Amino acid sequence: MKDVKYIPQRDGYGLGLLELCKTREDILVLDADVAASTRTNWVRDQYPDHFYNLGISEQDMVGTAAGLALGGMIPYVSTYGVFLSGRAFDQMRTTVCYNNLKVRFGGAHAGISVGPDGATHQALEDIALARVLPKMTVIAPCDSEETRKAVIAAADIDGPVYFRFGREAVPVVTDESTPFQIGKARLVREGTDCAVFACGAMVYEAMVAAEELEKEGLSLRVFDLHTIKPIDEEAILTAARECGCMVTAEEHQTAGGLYSAVAEVIVKGQPVPMENVSVRDTFGQSGPPEALMNAYDLNAKGIVAAVRKVLERKA
Amino acid sequence: MVHTDLSAVCRQLRQDVLEMIHAAGSGHPGGSLSAVEILTALYFDVMQVDPANPGDPDRDRFILSKGHAAPILYAVLARKGYFDPAILPTLRSLGSPLQGHPHMHMLPGLDCSSGSLGQGLSVANGLAFAAKKQGKACRTYCLMGDGEVQEGQVWEAAMTAAHFGLDNVCAIVDNNGVQLDGTTAEIMGVEPLTDKFRAFGWHVIACDGHHLEALLAAFREAEATKGKPTVIVAKTVKGKGVSFMENQCGWHGKAPNKEELAAALAEIV
Repeated sequence: MKDVKYIPQRDGYGLGLLELCKTREDILVLDADVAASTRTNWVRDQYPDHFYNLGISEQDMVGTAAGLALGGMIPYVSTYGVFLSGRAFDQMRTTVCYNNLKVRFGGAHAGISVGPDGATHQALEDIALARVLPKMTVIAPCDSEETRKAVIAAADIDGPVYFRFGREAVPVVTDESTPFQIGKARLVREGTDCAVFACGAMVYEAMVAAEELEKEGLSLRVFDLHTIKPIDEEAILTAARECGCMVTAEEHQTAGGLYSAVAEVIVKGQPVPMENVSVRDTFGQSGPPEALMNAYDLNAKGIVAAVRKVLERKA
Repeated sequence: MVHTDLSAVCRQLRQDVLEMIHAAGSGHPGGSLSAVEILTALYFDVMQVDPANPGDPDRDRFILSKGHAAPILYAVLARKGYFDPAILPTLRSLGSPLQGHPHMHMLPGLDCSSGSLGQGLSVANGLAFAAKKQGKACRTYCLMGDGEVQEGQVWEAAMTAAHFGLDNVCAIVDNNGVQLDGTTAEIMGVEPLTDKFRAFGWHVIACDGHHLEALLAAFREAEATKGKPTVIVAKTVKGKGVSFMENQCGWHGKAPNKEELAAALAEIV
């Protein structure tokens, strides 16, 4: 890919929040002492009336957000996804989702690409934890621009929403005119030999993998499956029927994430061979982001290998 | 004479609680009976609420953080006129709006679902934040158990309310001294509660949680206190009003059988 711009996804989170706060009184942004990391400091500096720092207390922050939502506000609670989905899981479940409240969860520093901070700060289970909750919408945008759009699009939908987005600068593969609709998989590239469903920064890697394999005469149908719940069953079943095999790619544990979500659709409607690129039931570690992604096969090479494997299984 | 009238209400509520838990065959009588006067003072005097308009955005709110005391809240809401008291015996049965722990989307008058302990004060703070943002005068009340304050989130929320000067929040601790497995002193000491909240920046009122006039005075003082949240540490008796249930952890979560119900009602009515 030539002339690719690299921007951190979290910038899109901050920009989306700024746009919302500019025009709406009911939007509030909460953070748990990581505002400089999540980019909610942009809101703090430009719209201080819309910002509350609740200190290092994720459980209280989520509960407070529930109260704000009960009072008619739309809070965006923001911290590292690993703490939001893990430490505050019961608060997400019983106080936010059970009440079906309009709380938006900004899960920052998702995936292993957090890098040097190591395993404690790398959210690799958050998609699983969020999507298992009734009422919850789960979105994993592919770049900063799509993150911005997701933040804005989610403001008015009913019930709670969980976003996950990464820390590092990653390729920007969409622009202002690229369509984005919650619940609708975005077709990135047409193809017939194998379908690839990816989320987050793995969407770009899937695009690179498709270019690689094109040289061998193989065509991949690539989707940006930004909304993991509610999932776009039609896109998945159609792709399964027409391509006959499938690969998923995510910066998340194998269990419970995008792979599981897609497989759940496949097994009930159109079973086809599937392979996946994901973190193999293990914790991450410290290291430079790119080196980590390569060490865990979370890259175009890993996707190419998965495609070759699934094509062997395809009847 | 508010006091006399409310005393009659309290007797009715105790009867309701015992009868509904007996009918359900399970439930939490001890912590429901200890909170009777607190909820009566709130719903029949202090709080600005209208049973005909339970969704009024300007209403005062009540968060039952100790969600297992659902029977007393249901009895109060029914007697206040939110719904027909005839459905009280459906407590905990399949399809009933009276869930084992409160579910706000199944019953009018509930301001929040609860049941997982330690979370209500955070929710109350959020409601108070929202009211302040919106320039509303409404207040939020949150009832916690004394065992419940063993949850760490309570103290996170205590910091938040004081830090942001949420004087429209009033917490009440139903300080009955007994939790599921034994006394709080045996299981995990929580005293001195008043000193703890004071150290966290709260206005603290200690009172007899079964004395209606004392409770009403405490709620008036809370409302008049500006710049900081108020907590009322209400000394109560677990199982209050039924001699064989009083101060017994065995009656935290057990239903009275037919004979026990008859004996209990004989003491109350």
